[in-house]
Amino acid sequence: MAAGAASGGSATTDTYAEAKTWLLMPAWVTIGIFVLAPVLMMLVYSFLTKEFRGGVIWEFSLSAYDQFFFDRGLFGDDPPKIEWTYIAIFWRSIWQAGAATLLSLVIGFPTAYFIATQPEKTRAMWVFLITIPYWVNLLIRTVSMKFLLRDQGPLNDFLLSIGIIDSPLHIVNTNFAVQLGLFYSYLPFMVLPIYAAVERYNFSLSEAAADLYATKWVTLRRILLPAVKPGVIAGCILVFVPSMGSFLAPDLLGGAKNFMIGSLIEEQFKGNAGNWPFGAAASMILLTMVLIILMIFARQQAKAEKGAS
Amino acid sequence: MSKGKYDIKSFPGFRAITLLCLFILYAPLLVVTVYSFNDSQSLTVWEGLSWRWYADVFTGPESGKFKEAARNSFVIAIVAATTATIIATLAATAMVRGGKFKLRSISFGLISLPLMVPEIVTAVAVLIFFNSIGFERGLMTILISHIAFCIPFAYLPISARMQGIEDTYEQAAMDLYATKRQAFTKILLPLMMPGIISGFLLAFIVSLDDFIITNFVKGAGVETLPTAIFGSVKQGLKPNIMAISTMLLSVSVVMVTISYFVSKSDNTK
Amino acid sequence: MKNLLKTSVASLALVAGANAAAAEGNLVLYHWFEYIPQELLDKFTAETGIEVTMDTYDGNEAMLATLKAGAIGTYDVAVPSDYMVTIMAGEGMLDTIEDGELKNKGNIDPEWADPSFDPGRKHSVPYQWGSTAFAVDTAKYSGDVNTTDIIFNPPEELSGKINVLDGQGELIALASLHMGIPQCSTDRDQLKALNEMLQNAKPHWASFNSDTAKEVLVSGDVTAGMIYDGFSAKARAELSTLQYAFPTQGYVVWMDSVVLLKDAPNRENAIKFMDFLLEPENIAAVSNFARYNNGVSSSAEFLDADLIAQPENNPPAEAGAPAFVEVCDEATQAVYDQIWTNLKK
Repeated sequence: MAAGAASGGSATTDTYAEAKTWLLMPAWVTIGIFVLAPVLMMLVYSFLTKEFRGGVIWEFSLSAYDQFFFDRGLFGDDPPKIEWTYIAIFWRSIWQAGAATLLSLVIGFPTAYFIATQPEKTRAMWVFLITIPYWVNLLIRTVSMKFLLRDQGPLNDFLLSIGIIDSPLHIVNTNFAVQLGLFYSYLPFMVLPIYAAVERYNFSLSEAAADLYATKWVTLRRILLPAVKPGVIAGCILVFVPSMGSFLAPDLLGGAKNFMIGSLIEEQFKGNAGNWPFGAAASMILLTMVLIILMIFARQQAKAEKGAS
Repeated sequence: MSKGKYDIKSFPGFRAITLLCLFILYAPLLVVTVYSFNDSQSLTVWEGLSWRWYADVFTGPESGKFKEAARNSFVIAIVAATTATIIATLAATAMVRGGKFKLRSISFGLISLPLMVPEIVTAVAVLIFFNSIGFERGLMTILISHIAFCIPFAYLPISARMQGIEDTYEQAAMDLYATKRQAFTKILLPLMMPGIISGFLLAFIVSLDDFIITNFVKGAGVETLPTAIFGSVKQGLKPNIMAISTMLLSVSVVMVTISYFVSKSDNTK
Repeated sequence: MKNLLKTSVASLALVAGANAAAAEGNLVLYHWFEYIPQELLDKFTAETGIEVTMDTYDGNEAMLATLKAGAIGTYDVAVPSDYMVTIMAGEGMLDTIEDGELKNKGNIDPEWADPSFDPGRKHSVPYQWGSTAFAVDTAKYSGDVNTTDIIFNPPEELSGKINVLDGQGELIALASLHMGIPQCSTDRDQLKALNEMLQNAKPHWASFNSDTAKEVLVSGDVTAGMIYDGFSAKARAELSTLQYAFPTQGYVVWMDSVVLLKDAPNRENAIKFMDFLLEPENIAAVSNFARYNNGVSSSAEFLDADLIAQPENNPPAEAGAPAFVEVCDEATQAVYDQIWTNLKK
């Protein structure tokens, strides 16, 4: 999946070449009309004038982007300065998503590695163990997490009763809680691609290195890691991208106190703000950023694949 | 798998981290499972074992809402996953068995677009779209958007599987005067079944679990399981939601266990 | 594949069937969360044969946003607060109830029959009214609770243990009362001061939550929290040490009304539902459930005895003046929106 996702895989034969237009038509039409066209329409909306309390007026305007990048003070007539508010929100989202990705990697990599090196018979069982919680709805998982971590929740009760801590750990409504929630939401997306890559890895390479007196850790870093890098990169993308746009975890675990991009966008359409062009502009900026990140990763991955083969 | 190899592979601490990982994954759900048997109305006080919240799920004041929502969710997931799987199978055939062609990489970009666009962006875009063309929101809007964003999830396993199938089988069939259509339905399709099934299942789960897009495009009074659960848990975790969570968990444990043993017995043949 | 196809076609038929059933004898309600007892909706269905579907929202602004984003024409009635009735009427989102359509219009308490937000009750009937302030757990905080300082300038021991409502209207109205400035101020110094005051208060707040306003108080996650009076009474039933505050600086009051939405798909049933809610016994059932007062004059005999007497209903003599949330014009509102964004960034 990792390799296929970046390059699209290669064509094997041209058996059905003359039917390809008809075969692809349903996919083109469905995604073209119901995903691509809406995204393009959103691009148009981001250049329209906002209607008071939601909606748009069909007049060209740059004010959505102006609001995003320039601070004109509380009353809108100060000389424009760089607006740090939204940049800070984006930065916070990147930071939170990055921390969640790192957390997933630190825990997910050893887990994936451990599973992939188990005897073949028990591997499937380990993979199942990782995926079972994901059959339970994402919302329920997130709220369960909150329930467990509360100041007077089971975790703190337990830690207090065995005397590790004297006062409850304050976790809910902090940035760490959001990271933990994102980690919990997307962990299998990290574990599975890495697992697939390690499983394909030819361990005789490591053995050869060991024969040359390389230590285990050196072998891991120098030989295995470069070989499974595409899997690691795929895992990081699959955790990072959805984390960037998430609004459930910040809302439920973070106390809705600090906007992340997802909540900022949601607020424009479903909340207090009602500024559609601004929501559309923020969405376009988020989309552009994600596409740039994906492109960088894809390039990295292509390089990694070239290096590995 | 010799013992010697095994040694090189194992790293101290990796097992511990794996167990820690499983602990983090399961702890919240297990706590919820325990509390779902709590007799008390309040979450914080333990008042003894009881099945009352399980009865409440099926007969309580919210049972009608959850039944309706569960029905909507399953209908949407089945229809969306089926349609997306068919579309993805056809597309994969063109992409993998269609030779090199000009629009190939653009087509691939289009197919994977729903994966690349963050969900909140898709949700907002689709909302704007339905709104501006005056499409009335209801089950249909949910269904259409689910079909569109499920396609890449169905496509990836299907095309991966197809790439692994050599075309000699189809060639052999055609040498024996089978038409291309026959070669496709009689040879390629059966060989692709495992990929199609996992593509279908992936699309099914993605549709069943989707909250963000559904929440944006759903019409008046139309709830799916995730939006109904969200409406409930927004005011805090309630015992009946804990009971639902426990039931979802046990169903998945049972299903996974069955499929584990089925696949195991397959291997021994 | 054939079987899959069959299942999906069968399921599609199911979906189509569901939509057909919805076309007759239905009522689609857009309502606040946890505000109406299911039994009352069941009673309505039993009496009229009309099936009720209900969606819920957690704030006036969220409701307005959803309706604006294409949901108008799919709901029959909604339950906005006073200021939101004005806004929705201004947006042309409300249908007019013709004279004589409502049989029970005479049941409306004269005090609520001609409110400023809907003169002559052309679009709405009264639902419930109450106040918005905050509640404090007196077991954990022993100081004076009847001051907005609890929220906006909290003592050390409350810092980090405060929840506020995630609604711009109510939060900024209470903040304006705290500072003693008008709600739709155009005075730049006042607005700057308001912005600054909120910025300084925010670090003391644990969360912005409307729908968990009760839960966070009862569970002890926070010690003080903004809340509606009836919701606070329900919270007190679970945690007896909670005290609802009536700040000396003033507090927010509101009247929620049932409005007839424009392009309601089941207009006739909506009128029937409004008539149903004007029956004293029925509206009293809502009050008994949600612990608020209502706007129907003869409902008192059906109310729980302790409802009238509950402390949340009886402001002390030294309580400040109650104030409705005000509707500002577009230019003024833009500044308040900016203040809100600054607060949540």
